[in-house]
Amino acid sequence: MASTIRVRATSNGDTTEVQALIQHPMDTGLVKDAQGQIIPAHFIQQLTFEHNGKSVFVADWGPAVSKDPYVKFAFKGGAKGDEIKVSWVDNKGTSDATTAKIQ
Amino acid sequence: MIRLASLALALAAISIAALSARAADKPDPVGDAKTFQKFFTDKFPKLKPEDFVNGPYSMNEDLHRQWEEKEQFPPYEFALEAGKEMFSKPFKNGKTYADCFPNGGIGIRQDYPYFDEKEGKVITLELALNRCREANGEAPISYVRDDMASLTAYMAYTSRGKPMSIKIPNDPRALEAYQKGKEYFYTRRGQLNFSCATCHVQSPGERIRAEILAPALGILNAMPIYRSEWSGMGTTSRRFTTCNSQIRGVPLEPQSEEYRDLEYYLSYVSNGLPISGPGARP
Amino acid sequence: MRALLFFALLIASSAPALAASEDDFKTAYAAAETAEKEAGRLRNQWTTTEAALAGAKKAAANGDFDKAIASSKEAEALAKASIFQATSEKERWKDMEIR
Repeated sequence: MASTIRVRATSNGDTTEVQALIQHPMDTGLVKDAQGQIIPAHFIQQLTFEHNGKSVFVADWGPAVSKDPYVKFAFKGGAKGDEIKVSWVDNKGTSDATTAKIQ
Repeated sequence: MIRLASLALALAAISIAALSARAADKPDPVGDAKTFQKFFTDKFPKLKPEDFVNGPYSMNEDLHRQWEEKEQFPPYEFALEAGKEMFSKPFKNGKTYADCFPNGGIGIRQDYPYFDEKEGKVITLELALNRCREANGEAPISYVRDDMASLTAYMAYTSRGKPMSIKIPNDPRALEAYQKGKEYFYTRRGQLNFSCATCHVQSPGERIRAEILAPALGILNAMPIYRSEWSGMGTTSRRFTTCNSQIRGVPLEPQSEEYRDLEYYLSYVSNGLPISGPGARP
Repeated sequence: MRALLFFALLIASSAPALAASEDDFKTAYAAAETAEKEAGRLRNQWTTTEAALAGAKKAAANGDFDKAIASSKEAEALAKASIFQATSEKERWKDMEIR
């Protein structure tokens, strides 16, 4: 199955810029479907970016984050060719992870 | 006595002028397209013609900057990938969408909609896709979102950069469809009494509540779009129907004759402008 | 005996008033529906007309015929306005045309 995470990391001097687009419904649990039934809450609770085994970005999310969330951040360090690992866990216990090389 | 006469003369002159202005009722698509494009390029002299296909992003610098950033990782990516997969997946009978379209469906989006002289009606890309499904024993899909949006996103993507090339054959029925689409565009409807022109001709670049309005020129070139307002993809059908409800008009059925004719007119007057779909919008 | 007579009179006096209200509603609703159908033929119905019709039906189902009649009359007025809009726009669209 294709990964739910699209990630791109680019080295910019001594800083690395990271962008990620994650495919996830991020249901709040407050919306009803066409039959009037509540669509259960289903959202990413933790999102982690790691570089050389160290967490460089950790997000604790809740239902306020929109569907298919997009994240962009920068961190000091990282060199071309280094690996960035991205992983998330949601409130149902589902998870996904992927890696990408810094360009 | 003289004043009355001159008044009568003035009135007569005005009514004759009005008559001759209105009398030009024979459709002139070529003239229309020139006038239409000139109106917008005059109104926004700093923009190149191809800028118009980016709608509100060409109307506001801050929006443009945010959009450029987002295009590196566009929100329609998932739908685009899904569309590519869907497009090549065979039907139950072994055929694929490629069998229904010229050039296997690749790089042809700019030719839609077209006027089918056999049937005497305007065929849009969305309509053609559902017809392809039904011709191959598959159930038709919703015109407004999901699969239809993914498929049209992929087909638009294969035509990115190609100029819109709508043709009006030398057939009075095609001219009539074009003219009906034009009339629909300018006709006010809904309890709010808006026409498409009210927002997209009279007020491009200005705000309606928190949104910045797109110009009508090139407005369909970015279709289908991932709209933040919808938190998802939507097709031309979705935009036409939701726009109708927004002005408190009961929407017609997607792909109704009026909507197909409207798409025909709007696409034709934007001929020459590049396809930019799939797009993202606020 | 007097109580019985009293109640009989009360029921007798209120019954015709109720029946007239429902008939009045049916007439008003039918007129609104006819106008809305004509607006539909002209492909120009308003969402607010539909909402008023639905409101009228709901009020009638709850026995509130005064409200139902008021909503029906509003729906009829809205439908007629949408008919006027569709008819006059047949010519007036040209005012908006880019020239």
